[in-house]
Amino acid sequence: MLRITCPHCGPRDEIEFRYRGDASLSRPGPEDDAKAFQRYAYERENPAGMHLEWWLHVGGCRRALKLQRDTASHVIGGAGEP
Amino acid sequence: MSPHRIAGRDQGAPIRFSFDGEAIEGRAGDTLASALMASGVRLMGRSFKLHRPRGVVTAGPEEPSALVTVVRPGRRDVNLPATMVELFDGLEAHSQNRWPRLDLDLMSVTGRLGSLFSAGFYYKTFMGPQGAWERLYEPLIRRAAGLGHASTEADPDSYEIVHAHCEVLVIGSGLAGLSAARAAGEAGRRVIVLEQDRAFGGGALVDGALESWRSSTLAALSAMPEVRMLYRTTAVGAYGHGVVAALERVADHLPEPEPFQPRQRLYVIRARRIVLATGAVERLVALANNDVPGVMLATAARAYVNRHGAAPGRSAVFFVNNDEAYAAVRDLKAAGIAIAAVVDPREPTPIAAEAEAAGLPVLFGHEVTAVRGRRSVAGVRVRKRGTMQERAIACDLLGLSGGYSPQTQLAAQAQLGTAWIEAIAGFAAIGPSPDAEAFSAMIPAGAAAGVFGRLEAARHGAAAGARAAGLASDPAQPPAEAREPAVPPRRDGPIMPLWEVRGRGKAFVDLQNDVTADDMRQAAREGYRHVEHAKRYTTHGMGTDQGRTGGLVGAAVLAAAQGREVSAVGLSKPRPFVTPVSFGALAGAETGAHFKPERRLPLHGWHEAHGAVFVRIGLWLRPLVYSGGDTSWGPVVAEARAVRSGVGITDVSSLGKIDVRGRDAAAFLDRIYANGFSSLSVGKARYGLMLREDGIVFDDGTTSRLAEDHFIVTTTTGKATEALEHMEFHAQCVWPELDVRLANIADHWAQFAIAGPRSRAVLSRIVAGLDLSNEGFPFMAAGEAIIAGVPGRIFRISFSGELAYEVAVPAGHAAFVWDAIMAAGEPDGIRPYGLDALNLMRIEKGHVAGSELNGQTTAADLGLGRMLKKKGDFIGRALAGRPALAAADRLQLVGLHPVNKARRLRNGAHLVSAGEPKRSQGYLTAACMTSEGPHDWIGLALLEGGHGRHGERMIATSPVHDEAIEVEIASPHRLDPENARVKA
Repeated sequence: MLRITCPHCGPRDEIEFRYRGDASLSRPGPEDDAKAFQRYAYERENPAGMHLEWWLHVGGCRRALKLQRDTASHVIGGAGEP
Repeated sequence: MSPHRIAGRDQGAPIRFSFDGEAIEGRAGDTLASALMASGVRLMGRSFKLHRPRGVVTAGPEEPSALVTVVRPGRRDVNLPATMVELFDGLEAHSQNRWPRLDLDLMSVTGRLGSLFSAGFYYKTFMGPQGAWERLYEPLIRRAAGLGHASTEADPDSYEIVHAHCEVLVIGSGLAGLSAARAAGEAGRRVIVLEQDRAFGGGALVDGALESWRSSTLAALSAMPEVRMLYRTTAVGAYGHGVVAALERVADHLPEPEPFQPRQRLYVIRARRIVLATGAVERLVALANNDVPGVMLATAARAYVNRHGAAPGRSAVFFVNNDEAYAAVRDLKAAGIAIAAVVDPREPTPIAAEAEAAGLPVLFGHEVTAVRGRRSVAGVRVRKRGTMQERAIACDLLGLSGGYSPQTQLAAQAQLGTAWIEAIAGFAAIGPSPDAEAFSAMIPAGAAAGVFGRLEAARHGAAAGARAAGLASDPAQPPAEAREPAVPPRRDGPIMPLWEVRGRGKAFVDLQNDVTADDMRQAAREGYRHVEHAKRYTTHGMGTDQGRTGGLVGAAVLAAAQGREVSAVGLSKPRPFVTPVSFGALAGAETGAHFKPERRLPLHGWHEAHGAVFVRIGLWLRPLVYSGGDTSWGPVVAEARAVRSGVGITDVSSLGKIDVRGRDAAAFLDRIYANGFSSLSVGKARYGLMLREDGIVFDDGTTSRLAEDHFIVTTTTGKATEALEHMEFHAQCVWPELDVRLANIADHWAQFAIAGPRSRAVLSRIVAGLDLSNEGFPFMAAGEAIIAGVPGRIFRISFSGELAYEVAVPAGHAAFVWDAIMAAGEPDGIRPYGLDALNLMRIEKGHVAGSELNGQTTAADLGLGRMLKKKGDFIGRALAGRPALAAADRLQLVGLHPVNKARRLRNGAHLVSAGEPKRSQGYLTAACMTSEGPHDWIGLALLEGGHGRHGERMIATSPVHDEAIEVEIASPHRLDPENARVKA
């Protein structure tokens, strides 16, 4: 089980958070076409290693945080606000 | 005194117990295994598959063979290692897997059928004909092979789950563990020590030379207020980031728990650092008939002699490949047990040579090739290695020691590395590397880390404890001598890796699952090269003991068969739990009504008092119909008719409600919803459709604008949590530049729908501060008002298709306002209606709900395609336009009714055409009796290209009900398609 340090609440269990996906992506804008949105919605790097991701602290302060997590070792590099 | 007790060591008070119905006397401090041994009982069980006679092999939780069932009033615990069952007065234990009796097991014929029951036997033998497996083979096999039979009664005991926190968690209380705990405790850390045994000390419990160190260390620890010592507590899983699960057997050693006690307690421990001091477990050697009762690990024989004063035999042969085991030989000899021979495959080492000089008959360079005897060891066959000449040595005990395997299961779970250590011929926990430590938070110590030797383990543990406490550990400065055991440094000679002695007879590598060395070779021959594949094919290591005593032995046989090193083959992955955990402990107090939380509406009590039949929707309990228990369609239709002809009221408080404020609130909702909200005037409500980014419909609901910068969003009950998270994520992460604030007000507001042609008349009687006339408050108006004296909100929205209002008041006033509406509506015959009537009316009207918003439908599929904005961005905009989502043959929402109107329709029935009865073209998402005809049925369906097929006839088929009903496809909007009623 991951222990995630929320910048507002301190170290908490993984189950207090909702994973919200890859935080390195940014949503295409109003002018972008389906191709850009396809990349945004579907295409992922899926790295075996450090991954930047969104976690929503739904069981706590309900703030989103950006987390650096190693997908191979589960080592958490750091957490911060958006 | 029993002749099987060792003279002078028979001190505990007598305890009466029974085994297979026979009354036996043990001593306080005994385990079931030691008490049986001390009373001369050797045969303790029959093996899993072959029904071979089995006795006790170990003195701990790694026991593969002596598994028993313990029966208490109303309780039946199966597959318990007799080595872990603590004796209490009146204990009733039974052997397992024998029929009819342990000493006369007719199923043991399976054991005589030679190699028939080899690896893959079931897979290869019990094939075809179809269906025979379920009906014939499996029941037969289950009767013949197996362990204990669990109780079918409800568990009378209680359990609890406890969360504990500490800075240093020490797993194991041997030399390394206690030293680590002391070092961390002296540094002032909050420490928890876990010990699976009923006493602290680990290996020190069986070594007289360590007793004074053990008691002085325990005294020092008990004086430290921040050190918490838990015994009878096994760490069963490690989950990384310092999280460990541990099971405390609070009352298993008692006839029944005290009234205030749980039977077991599951700890979830969060530690900053963990010291893994789980020690090592002795290994068996695969040789012919190494399962005969009386074959025992050398350490176990020593434990029975030293801890329990029980004699495992009268005349022993030892077969050992290491110097550690000589301590057991010496202690047995000192206890008066004759040592017939010590068979050592090695050349003399200093320690072994000393043993020989002290008068022990050591046969260097020899090996044991087979065990003689069936129900009990009668002797062994021995030969010089490399020769064929065998001789027999009579004995009743064979003490085996194939070396010691560090207990690294928890290390592997925490992703701590393990490495092959040549000096101990085993895998030990290593590291951690600085990288991995951040996850595992675990520091291995002592034998678990491959550090053998008493002084060495104590020092290693103290250093690990200091490191876990965050102190700089200086290896040049060992801890104060007073804290170390007064024993000399280790001077053992090298171990000789010896896994198997080939001979005639079954040589077991897994005693619990009856897996032999031949089975492992067969697996290798048949291509199961990987240890994980071989494990699953042979069941090696899959028992309750998880192959503690023979896991590496089997891997070594597999490796040899492939011409590889065992260090390259490795061990299979040890998943949690490392020892069996009862379901009761995992459930804790969360059983029965406490299994899931139950959400009750603010008016739950009123609904209950008025005959509501409740239905569970997610966590919510909602009134289905107010009928006092009648769940037929009659009362539902009556409720719906009351609404259509007069007025009804229903509780919709479970809807999600989100308060949205901020300068950019309208712009935010424009992007969240597929339709626009910045064009919505203050004082108006609008139906909104949310898409996912992939263009599929996510949720719907009504949103009202109370001020320029203030909206109230409602979501469906089912998606309330998800929709809120969806909006929060986008507000915080995707468009952080927007000035918008979200507040979840779902529980703060109760909400009722008052529907029917008389609804305005009823509400007008109790609403102040709002003109409810059609002109003053038209369809889709929203505003604040005083309702029965309570400030609240009114929305003129309709799900039923009638003139209707939704009234929202603070939840604390729900009952008061509801009662006031009921009183005001009395002259009009107002009645409450439940979820079934609500659903019936929305089906008649053709509104979509959860079964149509199923995560597969698009707005166009539901006939809502025109709602999508043409201008501006919104979630799902780009991908909703993909050609495949506009294909003509997509499943599209239609209405339908049976041609014979009274035929019952079924939710989930498939729509087929008469010409193609086996191709599903869609399915019913909703079906109900209507409020119109006497017994007419209608439904909604998703049908291929349905929008263009109104008027077509199809078959609604439900093979599970053996039904095929002719239906006519129609518009989903049966009732008042012009929307005149809602605007009346």
